[in-house]
Amino acid sequence: MHRYLAGDEDRRKILAAVGAASVEELFASIPAELRCGPLELPPARSEEEVRQEFWRLAGRNLAPDCTACFMGAGVYRHLTPALADALIQRGEFFTAYTPYQPEVSQGTLQAIFEFQTFVCQLTGMEIANASLYDGATAAVEAVLMAHRILPARRRVVLAGALHPEHVAVLTTYCEPQGIAVHRVPPGAGGRVDREALAAAVAEDVAAVVVQSPNALGVVEDLAAVAAAARAVKAMAVQVVCEATSLGLLTPGGELGFDVVCGDLQAFGIPPAFGGPHLGFFATRQEYLRQLPGRLCGETVDVDGRPGFVLTLSTREQHIRRAKATSNICTNHGLMALYVTIVLSLLGKKGVREVAMASHATAEYLKATLGSPGSGVTLAYPDSPTYNEFLVVYPEPDELLRRLAGEGVLGGVSTTRWGGALPRGILIAATERNTRGECDRLLDGIRRLA
Amino acid sequence: MNGARGRARREGVIFERSSPGRVGYQLPPLEVPPVEVTRTLAGVALRGEIEELPEVSEVDVLRHFHRLSQLNYSVDEGLYPLGSCTMKYNPRLNEELARLPGLAQLHPLQPEEQVQGALELMWELEQALVAITGMARVTLQPAAGAHGELTGMLMVRAACLDRNSPRSTVLIPDSAHGTNPATAVFAGFKVVEIASTSAGTLDLHALARHLEGGDVAALMVTVPNTLGVFEPEIARAAAMLHERGAFLYIDGANLNAFVGIAQPGAMGADVMHINLHKTFSTPHGGGGPGAGPVAVSQALVEYLPVPTVERTGDRLTLSYDRPKSIGKVRGFYGNFGMLVRALAYIRSLGRDGLKAMAEGAVLNANYIRKGLEEDYHLPYPGSSLHEVVFDDSRQAAHGVKNVDIAKRLLDYGFHPPTMSFPLIVHGALMIEPTESDGVEELDAFIAAMRQIAQECRENPELVRGAPYTTPVRRLDEVRAARSPVLRWRRNPR
Amino acid sequence: MSYPQDRRYAKSHEWVLLDGSTATIGITSYAQEQLGDVVFVELPAVGSTLERDGAMGNIESVKAVSEVFAPVAGEVVEVNGALEGRPELLNTDPHGEGWLVRVKMAPGSDAGLLTAAEYEAFLAEEGAH
Repeated sequence: MHRYLAGDEDRRKILAAVGAASVEELFASIPAELRCGPLELPPARSEEEVRQEFWRLAGRNLAPDCTACFMGAGVYRHLTPALADALIQRGEFFTAYTPYQPEVSQGTLQAIFEFQTFVCQLTGMEIANASLYDGATAAVEAVLMAHRILPARRRVVLAGALHPEHVAVLTTYCEPQGIAVHRVPPGAGGRVDREALAAAVAEDVAAVVVQSPNALGVVEDLAAVAAAARAVKAMAVQVVCEATSLGLLTPGGELGFDVVCGDLQAFGIPPAFGGPHLGFFATRQEYLRQLPGRLCGETVDVDGRPGFVLTLSTREQHIRRAKATSNICTNHGLMALYVTIVLSLLGKKGVREVAMASHATAEYLKATLGSPGSGVTLAYPDSPTYNEFLVVYPEPDELLRRLAGEGVLGGVSTTRWGGALPRGILIAATERNTRGECDRLLDGIRRLA
Repeated sequence: MNGARGRARREGVIFERSSPGRVGYQLPPLEVPPVEVTRTLAGVALRGEIEELPEVSEVDVLRHFHRLSQLNYSVDEGLYPLGSCTMKYNPRLNEELARLPGLAQLHPLQPEEQVQGALELMWELEQALVAITGMARVTLQPAAGAHGELTGMLMVRAACLDRNSPRSTVLIPDSAHGTNPATAVFAGFKVVEIASTSAGTLDLHALARHLEGGDVAALMVTVPNTLGVFEPEIARAAAMLHERGAFLYIDGANLNAFVGIAQPGAMGADVMHINLHKTFSTPHGGGGPGAGPVAVSQALVEYLPVPTVERTGDRLTLSYDRPKSIGKVRGFYGNFGMLVRALAYIRSLGRDGLKAMAEGAVLNANYIRKGLEEDYHLPYPGSSLHEVVFDDSRQAAHGVKNVDIAKRLLDYGFHPPTMSFPLIVHGALMIEPTESDGVEELDAFIAAMRQIAQECRENPELVRGAPYTTPVRRLDEVRAARSPVLRWRRNPR
Repeated sequence: MSYPQDRRYAKSHEWVLLDGSTATIGITSYAQEQLGDVVFVELPAVGSTLERDGAMGNIESVKAVSEVFAPVAGEVVEVNGALEGRPELLNTDPHGEGWLVRVKMAPGSDAGLLTAAEYEAFLAEEGAH
């Protein structure tokens, strides 16, 4: 028998109790013609054998921790407090189910309530849900919500440089709903052009979606975008891919936006080759019943003791079924708990410090890379950026390959997205990049470019 | 949970632990020059410190979340027999392996030559799921079962359009999980409910009638169905659908019942999502993250999301070369961290272990069925596979409902079964023990349920007032819905 | 229970009380019992047009949502604002303070509705009390 299963004696007892001669009998309801032979898989392995296989697989990869890493483009390497991972490894948290039985799930529920609060504080919004899968699907949910609220409007405007992954996912979801996706490209400074935006936004637009900082690293003029949306009573949606920016930049919730959504991965969630990360969604009180995803609310029990429950479930798939606000069921609860712990540890001072340090480190790189003789040129030297910026270079993949040879992951080449973004390298810096690492990058670019 | 009730009364939200000047984390000193944000971010709306964020120490955070954890029941503690959720053991080896820096630290946009091990892992998982399902290919992109359902239905839609045969209807049995109809609508279809037979299975006559219109794109069924009963006519249904150019979608939530025993490919499935957080042991996390890979038949391979992982010799690549692909359903490639855990599980159990797993799940469910059938009513008497559905009709005679039984079960130290579906069973108690436990735990559960049945007969008031020993007792859900308070505020309005 | 005789009833458990050409619409006591504690009511806007048997709103309890169907046709002239802050009125006084909307009724659109006695008989058939 196997270490994850019961034993032969258990089987014997069960068969005797149910009156079956063999396990086979219990599968009698499956027609013979559907039965399969032994699976074409290797046999069972001991823990040590499995470990060896996975060490081999891990060993075939270049882990950024062994390098100086400046990669961003939607996934950022920030602090990872030891306590956060230790706490989410408590079995009471990670092996529990969705808190449908609140009496034995107050730990999970209170953590969700705290998470919802943190998201409201970061975004300046009034209500937030218990998480979504990732930033791309969060943007989708915002667009679908706008369409539910304004059903006669069948167009959404993407203002400026949104992450190419987000644009792809939005396109996939909008098409079957009959929603047209209209892209207004970034203007000269890497920001959305105001006139082009005003021209694109008409009364058939349900939502205007802007990412800030955008996919080129540039900080958008959020107030202007909100005004453009408001002019036609469309919903204004801000997508955030670098969540630590919320420690320094005024969020859409304080600038007239209807939704602030995106990914909280930047608050210490391991890159993990793209997932699981942490979608978040925050909006105004007036849209409460249109909000997708789970919600946790305060209440009391029969003895007057304070407690928490999942609430307003009538929006969701298990009750509303075909008319639900989303089909989401399992979300990213454990990642939400993780970020709740990280934000608790960072607190008021830490959230700001991380943002300032990330910004300062990027500015240090920009100062040198923007100077003559650096080897590259800044794409938007006069535009404000937070911790990520684009340098123009004709052979970005080749330069990055050479830098990698010296143990520096210099950034993300934009060639992978065809012509969607100008040809060059997106360089991101965080509080984890030391001065020494920065100087290695600058020196490497100067020599190898 | 010693002292848990006392702590529940005392432990406020983290914000209430705040004390000015406390810090929970410290950065290394900044080595680069500080900046004047009024210059570097001139003209940009900036904020100062966010006033309501807490100021707590590392110890505050530890104590707070440790205490919260003590208020939870979890799979680690004991049987968690939630029907259709497959709450099995979450192996610690998987947690260790998912955290290997060579896997956890990888950035998704690193050049392919730097991540060959990650791509190999994904390729191996796809091969394993192909071997298990008997289908043609598997996409690993979806983040959860419902996400996989949507991915699958978007592929069905793409196929119908591609064949110049646009169809607008999806058939869904009345016993289905709520994500099925919600998904069909998001994929741009309208839902037509198809009634079940008196045995709770698919009604082929009804299916034939619906198919006559020529507008059906697909039938979505769960196999075994949500009553734990295998669909005896599933292959026939598949044939009927294919004759009409329609597709068979199998909701794979109940795959734990037949891994290594039967294959959806042989049943004629065109598309099936797999919940890695159910059948393949990745943890539920209090509400995710999960992963919902989708297996497809050859007919739908062209429409798979991009990128797919392709192998040539020893070299692995991410391929975007799929002109008819539905595109992307999320950022990057999938919940890779959960894929690592699932592959580790599949490797640990192996060919024979996976079959033993399904056998164990079915054995345990039938043991519980036998132990409870004297005290609880079985609305559908057909044989059960990995889960058994009772209803509360015998207890209702004493004024006790399934909800009350569930709450009383909490006092006995068990998580209750599923009650909210299938909708075709009023007062349902859907019990899925999984294969993880031996008979002692099952006996304890059976004894508790039988004791409660006796309480229903002799002292129903006691059951209706349960639970008594949990950190909080029954909560006022009406108040939470009528006057929603969804966040903490320093100064409540 | 004995249903008020001053009004007519639909099999979908709505009632209609006529006053000249103005019809007040609500849900019956049986309906609110089936729903449980009401937490939210979604009603059509003033000025919108209702069709006989068409959907005219939703009533939510904690675990369920029920559609309300218009028992008559007409233009909505008034909506019960009290329900926003006190949805529980639908449970405590479904035939009185828990009224939903008032419409300017399209003449003849109330044909085929049940009397109180007929509605009670219908409920008895359905196995209700």
